[in-house]
Amino acid sequence: MSAHRQTNSEPAYNFAYLDEQTKRMIRRAILKAIAIPGYQVPFASREMPMPYGWGTGGVQVTAAILGSEDTLKVIDQGADDTTNAVSIRAFFAKTAGVAVTTATEDATIIQTRHRIPEAALQGHQVLVYQVPIPEPLRFLEPRETETRTMHALAEYGLMHVKLYEDIARHGHIATTYDYPVHVAGRYVMDPSPIPKFDNPKMNDCAALQLFGAGREKRIYAIPPHTQVVSLDFEDHPFEATKFEHPCALCGATMSYLDEVVTDDKGGRMFVCSDTDFCEGRRAAGHHGHLYGGETLSKEAAE
Amino acid sequence: MTAVLARGFDQPVAQSQATFRAVMQALANPGRLIAFRSTLDTDTPLPVNAAALGLALLDFEVTFHLAPSLSAGSVADYLRFHTGARAAKTTQDAALAFLDLAKDTLCLADYAQGTPDYPDRSTTLIALSTRAETGMAIAGPGIKAVGTLGIAPLPADFTVQWAANRAGFPLGVDILFVTEEGFIGLPRSTRIVGGV
Repeated sequence: MSAHRQTNSEPAYNFAYLDEQTKRMIRRAILKAIAIPGYQVPFASREMPMPYGWGTGGVQVTAAILGSEDTLKVIDQGADDTTNAVSIRAFFAKTAGVAVTTATEDATIIQTRHRIPEAALQGHQVLVYQVPIPEPLRFLEPRETETRTMHALAEYGLMHVKLYEDIARHGHIATTYDYPVHVAGRYVMDPSPIPKFDNPKMNDCAALQLFGAGREKRIYAIPPHTQVVSLDFEDHPFEATKFEHPCALCGATMSYLDEVVTDDKGGRMFVCSDTDFCEGRRAAGHHGHLYGGETLSKEAAE
Repeated sequence: MTAVLARGFDQPVAQSQATFRAVMQALANPGRLIAFRSTLDTDTPLPVNAAALGLALLDFEVTFHLAPSLSAGSVADYLRFHTGARAAKTTQDAALAFLDLAKDTLCLADYAQGTPDYPDRSTTLIALSTRAETGMAIAGPGIKAVGTLGIAPLPADFTVQWAANRAGFPLGVDILFVTEEGFIGLPRSTRIVGGV
């Protein structure tokens, strides 16, 4: 799909659905979040016309920053064509009338669920994450009052104990997604459930990264060119996931791959999770061993 | 008040959003001038970019403080009327604080610094200023390698004050410098690493 502008925006709503007072409240929270990288700013999250867990935090952040000149891309696990991505893109096309795209380089705002695009982001772009549980310490310490104090004191030893227990039990750090990061040397932050493969992309990223957790009512941010370090140990350094196979459709060896079951006899294929990246490579003439000649989408391949 | 107040935004949705995006970029890229010229009428009691910033970010939930040079005229009435925001009793109570660097004394420690549990409960300073060609070297989140903060006039002890502000991180104040040409952000995460 190429960029197109939908003009029948719904007049019964304010631009981008949210009322102006809500947008101002979210905007003030975003400014604080940018000033204190990695700190979770509480905000008065609103009910959205979608259930919690479907990206209500990301949608509110996007609605607060979105302007009529923006071009929006929405991805769900890297894909532009899954239910969550399609419906959020349609939501903003309807309530804001903004241009939408699936091409990473054409977008000014990219809302994402659990992936960072493979293509390097640019300084004028904003990446908005949908976050389910923003508190990295929550499963170690359930009390909000305690985790807040732990952040205030930068007391993050417990997180290292958790990673150490991984090593004690499995011989290596077995956390593969939602891998905690240390932002600008101060706050430990939950990167949302992106695969740890994507963690290195957060470091020194040229684009502004905003995180919205609707149910948990938190907004946080990583400014451009900020140091983001995945937690690790000297003798067990952080390692991004590596794949044994290239992408079956485009042959890429440096992208994050999804496993797709192809039949009921144990057949499977590994394809790029970032559909725009994969389609771009195929259009440029890169082919994997299952490439069928036509532009296969993941759904068609199943 | 017998004088007629200047108008607010004609297009509050678009103008608020445009102002906010420029401010967001300014704070995300410390020291860099984000070009912006508000489309507000020019008879606002504050310079138009500062007035637009106030209209875009203030509402009944937050308070503002005006430094002495701005408190005499109709600025307070203008902001109150258009946004519903209340004037703060003290600098410590203000979410946004407006001051003119050419006329008011700047004392960062006077403003709300936030608390260790809630460092976001701090004041954001809106400093009317002009852009200078040369400036101090700055580093920190949002800056690739080293950036430049070119602002005039700054008080003689600004470097000392800012070092104290940075030392208290994550507590501290953030500054948005407002000039004719746009916004320059200086969040509390930024360090001054070299002189002029």
